[in-house]
Amino acid sequence: MDLIKARDVLFEYIRRDDEGNVEGITTALDHVSLDVKQGDFVCILGHNGSGKSTLAKHINALLYPEEGSIWVDGINTRDDEKILEVRRRAGMVFQNPDNQIIGQVVEEDVGFGPENLGVPTSEIWERVEESLKAVGMYEYREFSPNKLSGGQKQRVSIAGVLAMHPKCIVLDEPTAMLDPKGRKEVVRAVRGLNQVEGVTVILITHYMEETVHADKIFVMDKGKVVMQGPPKDIFSQVEALKELRLDVPQVTLLAYELKKRGLDLPDGILTVDEMVDELKKLKGI
Amino acid sequence: MIRDITIGQYYQTDSVIHRLDPRVKLLGTFIYIIMLFMMKNPAGYALAFLFLILVIKLSRVPLKFILKGMKSIVFILFITVFFNLFMTPGEELVRFWKITITDRGVANALTMTVRLSLLIIGSSMMTFTTTPNELTDGMEKGLRGLKKIKVPVHEMAMMMSIALRFIPILLEETDKIMKAQMARGADFESGGLIKRAKAMVPILVPLFVSAFRRANDLAMAMEARCYHGGEGRTKMKPLIYKRRDAVSYIILAVYVVLVFFLGRHAMFKVW
Repeated sequence: MDLIKARDVLFEYIRRDDEGNVEGITTALDHVSLDVKQGDFVCILGHNGSGKSTLAKHINALLYPEEGSIWVDGINTRDDEKILEVRRRAGMVFQNPDNQIIGQVVEEDVGFGPENLGVPTSEIWERVEESLKAVGMYEYREFSPNKLSGGQKQRVSIAGVLAMHPKCIVLDEPTAMLDPKGRKEVVRAVRGLNQVEGVTVILITHYMEETVHADKIFVMDKGKVVMQGPPKDIFSQVEALKELRLDVPQVTLLAYELKKRGLDLPDGILTVDEMVDELKKLKGI
Repeated sequence: MIRDITIGQYYQTDSVIHRLDPRVKLLGTFIYIIMLFMMKNPAGYALAFLFLILVIKLSRVPLKFILKGMKSIVFILFITVFFNLFMTPGEELVRFWKITITDRGVANALTMTVRLSLLIIGSSMMTFTTTPNELTDGMEKGLRGLKKIKVPVHEMAMMMSIALRFIPILLEETDKIMKAQMARGADFESGGLIKRAKAMVPILVPLFVSAFRRANDLAMAMEARCYHGGEGRTKMKPLIYKRRDAVSYIILAVYVVLVFFLGRHAMFKVW
């Protein structure tokens, strides 16, 4: 069954001048339709202004479609009475770690979501413990968030969402403000959640290296989904991606360039290991 | 340097006072301050002093640490003494040139010094032994009766705790902006008061813009985590009165009775 189903979603940002007259309309989502299966690791790629963050906010019912509908676990996000249900099922992690941590102590922040849901006290503590352990931050439970590194803060944010027992986590460029080390920590934690806990992950990112292990990639441009498929299919279309001003992972690019010069390599090599294997095959080792 | 500023300092240690319910400490401090203004004779102040010594001993906050905090108020104390000593009319004690010191003046100066010192040490004992979080929790629960007359207690407590959480973040940001401006030749150190105040404008504008952006992000993050006001909300760390809290309330009551009995008794009246 599809956990998230979007049909013909249209959303426009309307700019108004001081008198309230419409100055211009930006179509952020232009009749977007997509399906995400339960348990999948899905990535959404796209250039700045392609509408990917707007889409993420639709899944969490922070924004509503003007036309079309989105269903999360069978609930229409426009159903006002079930809005908390939607938000509990689809958690969201934002870009800036400082602006989404509410508690003054790590464990209190993780407990914020369950508190809002009215979970009994003893169960809150259980949930906080298991969520912090799942992202490897349990030893830091009594720290002030101000004393953590960016990657650690982002893992706390993920734990905060996890404590609400969501079916799906939407991460809106969670690594954009982090250093390479923090980026690795966060990606490892997110993959762990997907593989060990079976949480559906929707990762929005600029970094191609984070997408190679995804089950499915959606590429967005100007409010439309222009490509979708497994990473191998997407990254074998190097020319098409370049036209969308998107990169491909370095190894894929190398394989592509080598192929152009006449080496007999297959399309869509994503990891260094794959590349090594293929090159060995060529040399006959 | 700007990060050294600490508001409502907390002294981390483990003591009975630290473990007390914040509601007890809030009410206790409030009553202690009121009592300071109810006293009419030295016996009352001696009582208040002894009570404070007891709290300090129990709290295990070093005396040195407490007195360090007093340094900043010496100036205020000095001004109070100065005005009371020279400006109070009464029977003349000493006189030189145009300045007279009266008996009432000496008495007033003394009382004000003692009262102010006790007041400031007494209320800072609360911030030394209670984390800001406990304070907001205590306020929210202690004042929840006011909800009936439509006082948004939960919202106020939430605002306070968010403000406290963002103090270090905004301080860091101020530091960053100042450095960025200094790198481009801004001068914050020279010139008179007005010139320096004017130099702060280019810091405040970007700081406000960024604070609003942060507030917007935070509101969205809170909504995404199902925040919908205080209704139907449970607590991760609920406040529950223990035996030590009951004992403290009794001690507090005894103190109030003693102050009313001795601190206002005519027998000890000196002036």
